[in-house]
Amino acid sequence: MTKPATTREILFGPIFDNNPIALQILGICSALAVTSNLNTALVMAIALTSVTAFSNLFISTIRKQIPSSIRMIVQMVIIASLVIVVDQILRAYAFTLAKQLSVFVGLIITNCIVMGRAEAYAMQNPPWASFVDGIGNGLGYSLMLVALGVVRELLGAGKLLGYEILPLAKDGGWYQPNGLLLLPPSAFFLIGLFIWALRVWKKNQQEPATFRLAPQVKEEG
Amino acid sequence: MSGNKESTARTLIVALIVSLVASVFVAGSAVILKPVQEENRLLDKQRSILAVAGIGGPGVGAKEAQEIFKTRIEAELIDLTTGEKSEARDPLTFDALKSAQDPATSTALSGAEDIALIKRRERYSTVYRLLKEDGSGELEALILPVRGYGLWSTLHGFIALQPDLNTVIGLGFYQHGETPGLGGEVDNPKWKALWRGKTLFDANGKPNIEIVKGGVNPAGADAAHQVDALAGATLTSKGVDHFLHFWLGEQGFGPYLARLRSQQGGV
Repeated sequence: MTKPATTREILFGPIFDNNPIALQILGICSALAVTSNLNTALVMAIALTSVTAFSNLFISTIRKQIPSSIRMIVQMVIIASLVIVVDQILRAYAFTLAKQLSVFVGLIITNCIVMGRAEAYAMQNPPWASFVDGIGNGLGYSLMLVALGVVRELLGAGKLLGYEILPLAKDGGWYQPNGLLLLPPSAFFLIGLFIWALRVWKKNQQEPATFRLAPQVKEEG
Repeated sequence: MSGNKESTARTLIVALIVSLVASVFVAGSAVILKPVQEENRLLDKQRSILAVAGIGGPGVGAKEAQEIFKTRIEAELIDLTTGEKSEARDPLTFDALKSAQDPATSTALSGAEDIALIKRRERYSTVYRLLKEDGSGELEALILPVRGYGLWSTLHGFIALQPDLNTVIGLGFYQHGETPGLGGEVDNPKWKALWRGKTLFDANGKPNIEIVKGGVNPAGADAAHQVDALAGATLTSKGVDHFLHFWLGEQGFGPYLARLRSQQGGV
């Protein structure tokens, strides 16, 4: 980092230029699990964004006090506490969604994005910038989740947020849903397509080939 | 300030303070939010009671469900051993699970009796009578709580019977920890729909319901007493089969149902 980044760059950078899922390939597990409908994807996105933002804020605030020998554990304690609080809030105010999300809210604790931002950013930067960075990375994650949720719910079940958009053939409409989209593997294909599109658009995200294919053996005779 | 940051004493102090603050934070939020969560849990239970009786399901709003529960559901505490109605506790707040753990209000089950694998059975249980919408006070459905061990976990649910006390309206679980996609398919609406219309008892009032592997032969003599097992979930299916026998049998609601039947016969 040669010159200090502006708040705007910190906030919007992770959305397309440095997307945690598409470029850093972090947090894939929950992106597969909770995106079969838009509702759970949205709740999960909000939960992760707030956890990342506040864990960054708190860790950055006490970063100068944390002895380096126990810094990871201190980070984990803060992250885990925040996740438990978020889980409690969801159980109190969004009970049915919390039931659907089941273990995945708890698993935010092990989400690489949260830990990664705490270690890579919050430990070196002031609280406000860290908070914004947390929100930015949360938004990057949210963008991917919402995109997956929209495609999977719309084409897999013909609905969005539970409201019917494409009338299904079995209910007398015309749309034949693609059941594969409701299963976790479909998110792999969609994430792959998304990364492809993003790297065609932003050429600097393309990785150089790590090896060269050997030329084909010449035909004989 | 950062001079002796890495010293052992400093490390211990930081660890202590961080843990303290974090635990106060977590404990505080859990305590503050508990009443709201309890209310949700109660509402969830009420909804699943209504859902097994074929009313609503997730589509019914919270207010609506509470209203139906208040006006059309009659909770009744019964003594499981005698099958008689009891006034010993308030049926709505009675906690069967807690009661089953207290030796004073429960009986231990021997290995042969305990086919549901619940170890102890409570003395009292709450049953729910859904009354007809017209206000005549006639029974539309009788809803009994059932629970028992599947593969990994105890399944907690309800079974709703028609007023003939034999035909199933629905079966549903509000809490379990079976493998998603296998045993967890007890929640699958398609599987639950298989239960509708099945009959639970033989001519002598003995439980006669079986979860069978390989599909029910619809032309078979026992088709009304059989339900398809869940694919890939032999132990969960067996567990459901066993604990239904337990709760419908002598150790469970057998005496209560027998009493109701004899009353009906008298009318």
